[in-house]
Amino acid sequence: MSKHIVVLGSGTAGTLTANRLRRMYDERECRITVVDQDDDHVYQPGLLFVPFGLAQPHGLVRSRPRQLHDGIDYRRARIDRVDLDADTVHFAVGGWLTYDVLVVATGAMLLPEETEGLTGPGWGEKVFTFYDLPGAIDLHHALEHFDGGRVVVNVADLPVKCPVAPLEFAFLADWYFQRCGIRDRVELTYVTPLDGAFTKPVAARALSGLLAHKGIELVTEFTLGEVDGTGGRLVSYDEREVAFDLAVVVPLHGGAAYVGRSPGLGDELGFVPVDPHTLQHPDRANVFAIGDAAGLPASKAGSVAHFEGEVLAHNIGRFLAGQPLDASYDGHTNCFVETGFHKALLIDFNYETEPLPGHFPAAVGLPLLKESHANHLGKLAFEWLYWHSLLPGRELPGIGSAMPEHGKNHVHV
Amino acid sequence: MPTATYDDTAVPVDDEGFFTEPDRWTEAMAGQLAREQGIEDLTERHWTVIRFMRSEYTAKGTGPTVRVLGKTSGVSVKELYQLFPKGPAKTAAKIAGIPKPRGCI
Repeated sequence: MSKHIVVLGSGTAGTLTANRLRRMYDERECRITVVDQDDDHVYQPGLLFVPFGLAQPHGLVRSRPRQLHDGIDYRRARIDRVDLDADTVHFAVGGWLTYDVLVVATGAMLLPEETEGLTGPGWGEKVFTFYDLPGAIDLHHALEHFDGGRVVVNVADLPVKCPVAPLEFAFLADWYFQRCGIRDRVELTYVTPLDGAFTKPVAARALSGLLAHKGIELVTEFTLGEVDGTGGRLVSYDEREVAFDLAVVVPLHGGAAYVGRSPGLGDELGFVPVDPHTLQHPDRANVFAIGDAAGLPASKAGSVAHFEGEVLAHNIGRFLAGQPLDASYDGHTNCFVETGFHKALLIDFNYETEPLPGHFPAAVGLPLLKESHANHLGKLAFEWLYWHSLLPGRELPGIGSAMPEHGKNHVHV
Repeated sequence: MPTATYDDTAVPVDDEGFFTEPDRWTEAMAGQLAREQGIEDLTERHWTVIRFMRSEYTAKGTGPTVRVLGKTSGVSVKELYQLFPKGPAKTAAKIAGIPKPRGCI
C-alpha cells in the first residue's frame, strides 16, 4: 500500500530530504508532500555578503517548489499544529494532512522581540541583524552612510544558525572599512556569550588570534540582557555595558511557532529532540527531524543538514521496511569561514572531534583551520553546489556523510 | 583526575572543579561549594535552581543553559543572575554537583 511522507519545511534540509526520498521510492510506493508557508527559498550563506555589497539580494532567492523533483507535492500553507496521536498536520486556514512518516525541517526562527529593547528605538536605524534578507539589506544601506564610530557585533545567546557567521561578519567588516579608507576611525568589537571566540578550544584559539590580528576587540561571557538603542548600549544580564554607534546583533533563535503548539513534539525552545545518530524522535517512531529544526548538539548549518540527509533518507527507508535504524550520523559539520581579503579558512568536525588543523578531505586537500585563497574559492563555489548538488540531494564528490579522520592533525591545547 | 573534599568526603572533579560523578554529591556539600563561588548564603530561591539543575541533568544528561533555565525553572534570567552573578548555568551546575553544561555549538 502507498505510504505518505510529509516533510514540513522546504528550506535546505526539507528540500534535500524530499528529493532524496523521491529518488528512493517509486511514486506508486510512496507519496511525498512538502509544506511551507511561502515560496521564497533564500540562499542563507549569501546573507553575510549583502551588507558589504558583495552579494545582490535578488540573486539569493529562488522558488521553493522549483527546487523539488517532479512527483513531489508542494503545499503552501501555514502550519497550525501537529497532532502526534492522530498522525495529522493541521493548517492554520483549516484543512489537514495525515502522514505515515513526518519529517520536521522547519528550521529556526529569529526572536528579536525576546530581548528587551532590541526591536525598540534604534532598531533598523543603528541596531541591525543580517540574519534575514530585509535586515541584511537595511544594514547595507546603513554601512553605506557610516563614516566612523564604534561597531559592535553581538550574538545574543546560543543556539544560533551558522555560529561562525557573526565572526565572519566581524572579519569582513574590518576588510570593508579598510577598503572604504575609514578603518582608523572605526572601533570594532566582537561580543559573545561564549568564554572564547568559538566553542571548541583549538578553533577558539585560532579564531581569537585572527580577531586580535585584525584589531577587533573580543568581549566574552556577555549574555545580552537589554539593548538601549537610544543610549547606544548593549547591557548584559550581569550588568556590564558595551557602547556602540552601530550594533549588529544576532537575535535569539527558536524553533517554528507551531512546534510549541504541538504537544509532545518539541523542547522548551521549540526545537525537536531526536536521537543524535538516527534522527528519530524519542517518543514517536514515525517522526524525524533534520537541520536547524532538530535539537541536537550539532551546529545549525547547511552542511549538517546535507550530511544528516543521507542518514535520514536511509533510516526512513528502514523504518518503513520494519528494519532497525542505522545510528550512523556522527555530527559531521563542515564550514568555510570568510576572513576577508579574498581568503577563508575551513573547519571540519563532528560530535567527538573538534575542528583541528590539517587538510580536507584527506592529507592532500584544502587546508584546515588556516587562511587560504583556495578556501575562499571553495566558499564561492559552494553556492553553485548548493543549488545543483546539495538541494537535489546528491552526494558531493569525495565527501561522505561521516567525518574524514585522515588528514587531521591532533593537537593539544 | 583531581579530587576535592566537601563535607569531609573526597570526590572526583574535572580541571575546572565540576563534579564528574553527580551521585557523589550531597546537599550537605552545597554550602561549601557555594562559598567557593562567592555565595555566602544559599536561599530557598538558590535551592529551587540547584534542585532544578539536578533533575534536568538526571532527565537529559546535561545541565540546562541560562535561557532554558529562565524558561523552565520558574526563576527569570534576571533573577538567575542576581542569585548567581558569575553566570547562572555554570555556577549553579558547580554547586549542584553536576558536570559542566555542554552548551551549544
